[in-house]
Amino acid sequence: MANMTLLGAVNDAMATEMRNDDRVVVFGEDVGKKGGVFGATVGLQDEFGTDRCFDTPLSECGIIGTGIGMAVYGMRPVAEIQFLDFIYPAFDQIVSEAAKMRYRSGGEYTCPMVIRSPYGGGIRGGHYHSQSSEAYFCHTPGLKVVIPSTPADAKGLLIASIRDEDPVMFLEPKRIYRTVKGEVPEGEHVVPLSKGRVVREGTDCTVVAYGAMVHICEQAAEQAAKQGRNLEIVDPRTLVPLDEDIILSSVKKTGRCVVVYEAPKTCGYGAEIAALIAEQVIEYLEGPVVRVAGFDTPFPYALENLYMPDVRRILEGVQRTFTW
Amino acid sequence: MTSEVLTILEKDGKVQKGKDPNLSDDRLRLLFATMVKARILDERGLTLQRQGRIGFYLQALGQEASHVGSAAPMLDSDWFFPAYRQPGIPLLRGAELDQIVCEWFGHQGDPSKGRQMPVHYSLRSINFVSISSPIGTQISQAAGAAMAAKIRKEDTVFMTYFGDGGTSSNDFHAGLNFAAVYKAPVVFICENNQWAISVPASRQTGSETMAQKAVAYGMPGIRVDGNDVLAVYRVCQEAVDRARKGEGPTMVETVTYRMGSHSSSDDASRYRDEEEYERWKQRDPIVRFQEYLARRKLWTAEWQAELEQEFKDQLNAAIKRAEAAGKPELGSMFDDVYLKPSAQLLAQRTQLQSLGGAADEEIGEFPL
Repeated sequence: MANMTLLGAVNDAMATEMRNDDRVVVFGEDVGKKGGVFGATVGLQDEFGTDRCFDTPLSECGIIGTGIGMAVYGMRPVAEIQFLDFIYPAFDQIVSEAAKMRYRSGGEYTCPMVIRSPYGGGIRGGHYHSQSSEAYFCHTPGLKVVIPSTPADAKGLLIASIRDEDPVMFLEPKRIYRTVKGEVPEGEHVVPLSKGRVVREGTDCTVVAYGAMVHICEQAAEQAAKQGRNLEIVDPRTLVPLDEDIILSSVKKTGRCVVVYEAPKTCGYGAEIAALIAEQVIEYLEGPVVRVAGFDTPFPYALENLYMPDVRRILEGVQRTFTW
Repeated sequence: MTSEVLTILEKDGKVQKGKDPNLSDDRLRLLFATMVKARILDERGLTLQRQGRIGFYLQALGQEASHVGSAAPMLDSDWFFPAYRQPGIPLLRGAELDQIVCEWFGHQGDPSKGRQMPVHYSLRSINFVSISSPIGTQISQAAGAAMAAKIRKEDTVFMTYFGDGGTSSNDFHAGLNFAAVYKAPVVFICENNQWAISVPASRQTGSETMAQKAVAYGMPGIRVDGNDVLAVYRVCQEAVDRARKGEGPTMVETVTYRMGSHSSSDDASRYRDEEEYERWKQRDPIVRFQEYLARRKLWTAEWQAELEQEFKDQLNAAIKRAEAAGKPELGSMFDDVYLKPSAQLLAQRTQLQSLGGAADEEIGEFPL
């Protein structure tokens, strides 16, 4: 075990897989000598050379388009998009090409590629360094969408993503890149995709959260406990394909659910969780499923702390599942 | 000068001195036969669409020299990232006719399992990567695959196709730029057929030629008479050799003409002059090549009639089999989304199966 930041764990995962499998290549803007704007790829070019870890021209559609070509040809590309907010020039390549390659070719050609990108608010990044646009990708069959919330999960899920035979959007909550530390197994450590994690056991209300929100929910649960409410926190870890059972069995137990996500509320991922619960376990519900999310505004700069779900808003949401 | 167009075949089958690529007799006959077959394939495909037997068709009429001539120098181990107007490549490389025709119908036997519109082939057996409809996306993918081969120190060469419209796409810029930066072993074939559906090439660019764009990216850009199979072959042989020797990418602009409409859903007579069509018809690539072969005594009318009849018979038999093969079974809709279907996909499949039915049946009512 080593004590690491989430960022360090991401780095460790790539280094581990690059040692394991010479098909793994890491590329993107500034990932070479500089080691990435956040430092996620520090040391990789030194250890593996410029063929395995290299800078690209400043073109997201080029990074993903060439990455797809590499994957189709038999490599295991790990592409970094510097901020998720900059991914849109590559959207066509991701949703029309990477996501559909296996299906449209009847399985003749596949695209085992990982697209890593820091996402989310809370770092004073304004519109273009803060957004949480996971739902766009969750809505595209053929993609997997993975979001870690702890260093150990970051390593284990990233290794699983690199080994996966299908394209994976690996979204990293940059707000907690350095603020969250934890024990991370050394060497080989795989956390299977599509398996959620019960972060905290409780009996009164289920709180579903992923990424940086997991930690805000833990703080909320501490406060709720002091006031006699016992929250159970579930982190799905993989949004697509989702571990439905871990959420449904928790809601069956508690009878209540709040979904917390920092993206705009409308058509966000939490809406999918709410619909799932309504379809599958409505008879267990004691109150409405509540979404605590970002607002339906562009991401605000000066007022970001009011935009992001916080402890107060989460607890208010929990209360709404009791009094309605 | 990138505005010059290399031509080898002159009037009446004569060649420009010193430029003939000197292909063997067998090779020449193979190229001709492939071009003739591609045209027959296209005629039959469009007819099936007009008869309502398949849903859609895209012809390459008039562009046979452009794609057959460029593909011919590629080795069997080399890879193509095609667009949707190169039917001669599968024929040249010996793809199974049944696979091609089953794809038109979306029937069992189609390697892509009836998942795409007609003419969007995936043919792994000949290193012919699955075709998609969005314009230009294959360009950067070909560059990336070439980067991968270079990293792995393999000598595979990659060839990708796009039209004059494709040069306006994001991926044209990205693909040529990446390929040049990494000196990737890829040949970009811009088949300038003068039309992107109804928009003329003059509306795609303010540049004098498409080929000159390559120079700005840092690679040779060569213009060639796209209706002259010998010229196309010669230029592309050089480009493939350069790529294989590690000298980096090349862009070739084949100046040609889309003699048909964009697709079975389009009617070119609504936006282009008959006179323009007639002018290009005089430069039909099959006729020009035939005159050359005849001069060299490699062509007779009987030989062509024979090969046409043989191919038509094969094609008719393949169509008969494909039409009878039937659509894929209902459950296959859920395969190949991922390597293994997710729990959600399995549940959705079970739900659909519980309602029963097959692709060809009329959907009945549900009793409430």
